[in-house]
Amino acid sequence: MSHASHLGLMMIFALFVSIVFGTLMRDDPKEQLYFGGQLFVAFVVGGIALGWILYFFPL
Amino acid sequence: MRATTADREQSATYTYLICVAAWAIPGLGHLLMRRFQKGLTFLITLPLMFIFGLWLEGRLFPIEITQPLVALAAFADMGIGLPFFLARAMHAGGGRVVALTYEYGNAFLIVAGLMNMLVVLDVFDVAQGRK
Repeated sequence: MSHASHLGLMMIFALFVSIVFGTLMRDDPKEQLYFGGQLFVAFVVGGIALGWILYFFPL
Repeated sequence: MRATTADREQSATYTYLICVAAWAIPGLGHLLMRRFQKGLTFLITLPLMFIFGLWLEGRLFPIEITQPLVALAAFADMGIGLPFFLARAMHAGGGRVVALTYEYGNAFLIVAGLMNMLVVLDVFDVAQGRK
């Protein structure tokens, strides 16, 4: 695991969570896909944005 | 009147049994409720996420009452059901604190358990006829 990428792991985590929440929150498969996709994009974009914020304003 | 009460009790017992099944094997509750698409998705995704957490060298926390945060993490880990106990029986989930992916592994393990708890609540709602 020495070559593990933080971004890659965050995206895999976001993928798992998006699949489960998309399936849980919507009944129609198309809606599940759409909602899961929205969640995934929000997780990844939010994670990257938060990373840059913490880069400029470290805790 | 007695028959109605008995029916209610039987229904409540059935609901709780379904919830226990949903907790023990992620997705089984939905499969038993004939929601095959959802059940299969949970059956594949949640154990996979749990296995991924173990592969990332995350730790399956012990129940330590003296350390409340560790006990809470253990409670969350156990949310995944049988996979937790299987992993424990196989001596997996020891966790390697110095591993680069240790915290990621913990996040995967804990979140997989917590999401399975949400799945159990969803099964409860379906069994109650609310969904």
